[in-house]
Amino acid sequence: MSETRALTLADVCRSFGPVQVLHDISLTLRPGEVHALIGENGAGKSTAMKIMSGYLEPTKGQVKLDDAPVRFASSQEAEAQGVVLIHQEFNLADQLSVEQNIFLGHEKRRGLFLDKAWMQAETRRLLARLNCKVSPDARVRDISNADKQMVEIAKALSRRAQVLIMDEPTAVLTEREAEVLFEQVERLKAEGVAILFTSHKLDEVKRISDRITVLRDGHVVAQGMTAEFNEDQMAQAMVGRDVSSLYPVRSVGVGDDAALEVRGLNVPGYAHDISFTLRRGEILGISGLIGSGRTEAMEGLTGLRAAQGDVRINGRPVSLRSPQQAQAAGLCYLTEDRKGRGLLLQKGMRENLTLQALPEFTNWLIDHKAEDAALTRAIADFDIRAPTREVLVGNLSGGNQQKLLIAKIMLTDPDIVIIDEPTRGIDIGTKQQIYEFIHALSAAGKSIIVVSSEMQEVIGLADRVLVMRLGTIAGEVSGDDMTEDKIVRLAMGLGATRQEAI
Amino acid sequence: MTATETRPSRPARGVNLKVLGPILALVVLVIVGAALNGNFLSAANITNVLSRSAFIGIIAVGMTFVITGGGLDLSVGSMAAFIAGLMILVMNAMLPVMGPGWPLVFVGMLTAMVAGTLAGFVNGFLITTMRIEAFIVTLGTMGIYRSLVTWLADGGTLSLDFGMRSVIRPIYFDGILGISWPIIVFALVAISGELVMRRAAFGRHAAAVGSNDQVARYSSVNVNRVRMLTYVFLGILVGVATIMYVPRLGSASPSTGVLWELEAIAAVIIGGTMLKGGFGRVWGTVIGVLILSLIDNILNLTDGVSPYLNGAIQGVIIILAVILQRDKKAES
Repeated sequence: MSETRALTLADVCRSFGPVQVLHDISLTLRPGEVHALIGENGAGKSTAMKIMSGYLEPTKGQVKLDDAPVRFASSQEAEAQGVVLIHQEFNLADQLSVEQNIFLGHEKRRGLFLDKAWMQAETRRLLARLNCKVSPDARVRDISNADKQMVEIAKALSRRAQVLIMDEPTAVLTEREAEVLFEQVERLKAEGVAILFTSHKLDEVKRISDRITVLRDGHVVAQGMTAEFNEDQMAQAMVGRDVSSLYPVRSVGVGDDAALEVRGLNVPGYAHDISFTLRRGEILGISGLIGSGRTEAMEGLTGLRAAQGDVRINGRPVSLRSPQQAQAAGLCYLTEDRKGRGLLLQKGMRENLTLQALPEFTNWLIDHKAEDAALTRAIADFDIRAPTREVLVGNLSGGNQQKLLIAKIMLTDPDIVIIDEPTRGIDIGTKQQIYEFIHALSAAGKSIIVVSSEMQEVIGLADRVLVMRLGTIAGEVSGDDMTEDKIVRLAMGLGATRQEAI
Repeated sequence: MTATETRPSRPARGVNLKVLGPILALVVLVIVGAALNGNFLSAANITNVLSRSAFIGIIAVGMTFVITGGGLDLSVGSMAAFIAGLMILVMNAMLPVMGPGWPLVFVGMLTAMVAGTLAGFVNGFLITTMRIEAFIVTLGTMGIYRSLVTWLADGGTLSLDFGMRSVIRPIYFDGILGISWPIIVFALVAISGELVMRRAAFGRHAAAVGSNDQVARYSSVNVNRVRMLTYVFLGILVGVATIMYVPRLGSASPSTGVLWELEAIAAVIIGGTMLKGGFGRVWGTVIGVLILSLIDNILNLTDGVSPYLNGAIQGVIIILAVILQRDKKAES
């Protein structure tokens, strides 16, 4: 690893057909420096990364390695030159061991056979370098997301990566796992690797990067040392407007009558003894660590999982054993997993939009005109930006998918909506829009539960926050008590000692 | 070549090939057939081809829904043989009581429909409620029905009583306005199938379930009910096909309906329905059925190629159809 390399994009443009997505991008990744590339979804980050790593060629401009222009015909060629891209979704074979994954396609041979001993030793050495304690023989499907990320990096290092490009490496990591990753990034940086990474989490960008490039609509709108920016300035550069007021101000009061009462809800294996009341027009936040049973409790409530308990809607007892019954009772759950459970990625926007409310559009036969009108309305109401009306939903950006998902749920006209992770993986501009939608719904008399791992989000949105821990409600905070500190204490099980601690 | 021209035309061309491919293949086959043999376009030959396609065609329409919903049914050929045997046994048993005539034919029809419904229900129940792979379940029921019909026929042939044959014959051989009943029924099944697939909530739900059953479930679609119904509808259609089939030969044997399931699946795939589910088109299936039977017919009418090569040519067509319809998405 003695040699180091610098990668430069010089006035790079890229078009897909008539659509130009990158305009004269110039940036340099220097050895021993972490470069953050930030921008909203669709700003051109992915395209820029793919050009750096040989997945795409620039339409105009040059890629340079150590000031010499290079043309990568493929990602393999880029890897051979030491430029490796780590995709946001893990590119690992779940059933193979860590060692087999690291050497997949580059297996070391001795004669006819694999040199297993050498590869084992090399894997150990690479993992040790990353301070990762996973065994080379562990199957990848059994290891944590953070370890998978380390295996990806080890794989990149085994290809002698001198330029490491990471697409949202922390998106699937918890805060603690991200911290471990950052330590290793620091270490690689000290070894002279040039690193580029993208993230939607601006505090991470501030924490780990040395230099920042901000993209907006395919243009570099800001570039400089990280020290020169604060988070507000980064966000402003990304969005192009002031985003300091991310959360809308509550305009209407909360009603007095209970829209939803839950008493003693049990979801076997995940949550027990959940009791709470949701008032009409209220926005109730549910917080808690990942694995605290938040999502499972809500899925149990809406009939998506087996559950027992007393549920009343508008004071009337209801039995919700299936999502169909929940929907009929005016209760809808919007999943956190929009790609896996929320939308049919291979279908168009129209089929997705009306799937849940299809009976409303069917009188023996489906009324295509009414569906089209509903789509037109949804596009206008929720500001869904799609290249064409016929686009496959899988080709929409995450933010637009989320907007479509909200439009889809609202088409069933529920009185109570449970939104799980309303803004996961979504850029800050779209976040702000979604927060406004949620407030508008509450102003229209809907009662809303927002489940989120982002504490800022529940605090900014909700009137009251329930904190879950180990499958049960650990406490409730509202008003001036809604602070990150108090929520964290409850989520970590320190609730009882709160008073003394302060 | 400017950028503005390439962009919109590329997806359009892909769609066109996918939509027009099966139709073009059918047109080519008709032209080839007509060029090779003067009798190919005669009314008698066309009626013959269409009537014979009707059995597989009616079943294939049902199979389109099963496959669109992410399922598969290997049992339909054996199921048809079993239902045919059952229908013949019931009619023969009731003959002394009811005498030959249309009331007895209706009893036979009812038997076939009830047996088809139940057989579809059993498949659907094992697949949805018992959560067993469709491939395994229907591989099992395929063996069961085949064995049952062999047992009922004691290894030989189950024949309809001669007294009934002349009564029931018109179901296959007669028709209205010179169009035979199997063709009329096939056409009705195909048209209603196309309507259901394209315009009814059930068709949309089947495609949703086949595309991603989790998304369907989270969208308040009753996934098990939709899956179950696809198998029940297919069972009913197998019953209908059997009602058309029994009058033709008036018998059922262990070799009845052999490989029908694969022909039906092949027709569905040639028609552009995705084997992994999520997208189906009934009109494509109809074209697929016609393509398969025309190949058979052309080989029988011409001397150049041995009819024994029928299977080989059909195999090539199936593979070609899938290659031509493949998504070119892997690039990006």
